[in-house]
Amino acid sequence: MTTATAQTEVTYLEAISQALDEEMDRDERVFLMGEDIGTYGGAFKITDGFLAKYGEWRVLDTPLAESGFVGAAIGAAMMGLRPVVEMQFADFISCAFDQITEVAAKNHYRWGAAVPMVIRAPFGGGVHGGPFHSECPEGWFFHSPGLKIVAPSTPYDAKGLLKAAIRDPNPVLYFEHKFLYRRIKALLPSEDYIVPIGKADVKRAGRDISLITYGAMVHLALEAAELLAQEGIDLEIVDLRTLIPLDKDSVYESVRKTSKAILLHEDNKTGGIGAEIAALLAEDCFDHLDGPVLRIAPPDTPVPFSTPLEEYFLPKVSDIVTAARKLAAY
Amino acid sequence: MDLANVTRDIKRADLLQMYFYLRLTRTLEDRVTALYRQGRIVGGVYTSHGMEAIAVGYASALERDDVIAPFHRDMGAFLIRGFTPGEVLAHYLGKRTGPSKGKDGNVHMGDLKRGVIGFVSHLADNLPVATGIALSFKIRGERRVVFTGTGDGGTSRGDFHEAMNFAAVRKLPVVFFCNNNQYAYSTPQCLQMAIRDVADRAKAYGMPGEIVDGNDVAAVYLASTRAIALARTGGGPTFLEFKTMRMHGHSEHDPAKYVPRELLEEWKGKDPILKAEYLLNQLDYGDEAYFHEMGERVKKEVEAGLEFAEQSPLPDGPEVLEGVFATEDEVAS
Repeated sequence: MTTATAQTEVTYLEAISQALDEEMDRDERVFLMGEDIGTYGGAFKITDGFLAKYGEWRVLDTPLAESGFVGAAIGAAMMGLRPVVEMQFADFISCAFDQITEVAAKNHYRWGAAVPMVIRAPFGGGVHGGPFHSECPEGWFFHSPGLKIVAPSTPYDAKGLLKAAIRDPNPVLYFEHKFLYRRIKALLPSEDYIVPIGKADVKRAGRDISLITYGAMVHLALEAAELLAQEGIDLEIVDLRTLIPLDKDSVYESVRKTSKAILLHEDNKTGGIGAEIAALLAEDCFDHLDGPVLRIAPPDTPVPFSTPLEEYFLPKVSDIVTAARKLAAY
Repeated sequence: MDLANVTRDIKRADLLQMYFYLRLTRTLEDRVTALYRQGRIVGGVYTSHGMEAIAVGYASALERDDVIAPFHRDMGAFLIRGFTPGEVLAHYLGKRTGPSKGKDGNVHMGDLKRGVIGFVSHLADNLPVATGIALSFKIRGERRVVFTGTGDGGTSRGDFHEAMNFAAVRKLPVVFFCNNNQYAYSTPQCLQMAIRDVADRAKAYGMPGEIVDGNDVAAVYLASTRAIALARTGGGPTFLEFKTMRMHGHSEHDPAKYVPRELLEEWKGKDPILKAEYLLNQLDYGDEAYFHEMGERVKKEVEAGLEFAEQSPLPDGPEVLEGVFATEDEVAS
C-alpha cells in the first residue's frame, strides 16, 4: 500500500492502489472481492496490505469462479454496498459475461434496481502473456447498454477514474493496462480528486490530424507524434478515457478542427471501437472531413505468445507514421 | 403431514392465509392463461399451476425484511410480498402501471422496497446474486436472510454451483431451493443428471440438503422455517429440494405432449390446493363453505385487478429510452 504525497511520483499501479485505499477509507460501503487479492495481495500486488488494514469481510478472497463472485457483487451492490471486484486478468471476464451483460447491465432498466459496482480488469498485450493473458475484451461490452466502460492511460487518470467509477451508481468496467503498471510514473495531487466518467482528454494539441485512442496506445501515439512533428505533421491526440458513455463532443470538436482522423486501438480491428467512431464521423462530421478515416488495430487473430508474433500483432509507431503521412497528403 | 407438528409449529391464521394465497395464485394464473389463449397477453406465460405450494410456503416463512430472489414459477411469493393482481396483470399486459413499466414481461417483476429481486431468464443467474445479498447482510451484521431457487434444469448451470459453493464457504445467510418439477422444458430429469434426488448436490458443498413434498404447503413452510432459522443464526445455507410436478407445458404455448399422461393423472391427485383443503378439514380450520367463500373472494380480487390493468395506459414508444442508467438517489441504502 502506498501513501499519497505530493512529492513522490507514483506508478500507474500505485495510483490504482491509492484510489482503492482512499475510497475504502472514506466510504465503509466499499469492499473488494477477487482471486488471491487478500493474503497474497493480488496477482499484481495492487491490494498488498489491504487485508490487514480492512479485514476479511472487506477484502474477500473468492473461490475461482468469476461468474459467482461478479453475481455476488451485483447482489451486494443492489443492497447499497459498493463492491469492487478484480479480474485477475481481463481475459477471465468471459467467465462472468452473462452476469455482466444480462444481470448487471439490465437490472436498472428492467425493474429499477441500481447496481453501483466496479469490475477492474487488467488488460492488454506487450507482456508476453499469450492468448489468455493479453486480451482487450472491452469491445464485447461496448455493445451492451447499461454498462459504463473506462480505460485510463496515465496514473492521474487511473486514480481519478477509479474513484469516479466507485462513486458511480452504475456498473462500471475499469480496464487497466498491464503494460503501463510499472512503466509510467507521475506526481499526483495530494487532495482528493476524480476524473469524471464520460470526458475525453486531449493529451497533445495539434492542428493537422486527430488521432483518437485510449489505454496504452496513447503512449505509442505520443511517441509517433514527436517523430511526425519533425516532418511538420502536427498530431492532435484525443485520449477517450471513457468508452461508454463516449465523449462524442470532444471527438467531433477535434476532427472538425483538423478535418482528418486516425483511430488507434489494441483490440481487434473488426467490430472494434474504432469502427463505431468511424461510423459516427461519417454520420456527423462528413462535411468536415478532408480524407478517409483510417484505423490502426491488430489483425483479427488471438493475441500470440512468441515475441516476433506479438510484435507483429501489436500496433507500432511506424504504423502511425505511415498512416499519418498518407492522410497528410490529402 | 403429522397434524400435531402442524398445530404446534404453524399458527392457524398463518395456515389459513397460506390457503388464501394458494387460491389467489391459482385463480390469477388461470386468468392469465385465459387471457393468453384469447390473444390479449402476448409473449411467454410460465405458470406455477400445480406447484403453488412452494412459493406460498417459503414466502410465508420469511420475515418482512428478508429478501426473495424467486424462481419463475413463484407467483405466490410476489403476491405475499404485496404485488397486487392488478400490478401483475398490468405487467403481463405491458402497461405503464406494471412494476417494470412495460420494459419486461411475464414473471420478470422486482422491487427492492418489497424485497423481491427481478427474475432473469438465464436460469440460476440470480443464485450468485442472492449470495451477494446474503454477503451484504453478513458484512453489515444484519439478521436478514435471502431465499432463492431454481428448477431441476437450472441446477445444471455453473452459476448454481458457484453460488452454493461460495455461500457455504462463507456461511452466508441464504436458503437455496430447487423446484423439482421433473422437466426442464421437454427434457426429463433422467437426461439432465445421473442422480435421483437433486438434494444430493448439497453434500458436495458441505451444506444440509433436504427433500420436501413440494405440493404440501405446510411441509414447505416447516422445512423453510427450519432452514431460515439456521441461516439467521449463523449456521449457513441449506438446500431444499421441493418435489413437485409441472402440470402445464413449459410455457402456455406448449402442450407438453412429451409428458406421459399417467404421470399427470397421478399428480392431479396430489394437487396442492386439494392437499391444503384436506389438511384444513382435518384440523377443523375450514370446510367446503369456507373454501367456496375463499374462491369467490379471490375471483373478485382478480377481476378487480384485471379492470385496473385493462384501464391502465400503455407506455409511449419513446419511453424505451428511459432508465438505461441509474442516478445516485436510486442507490439502495
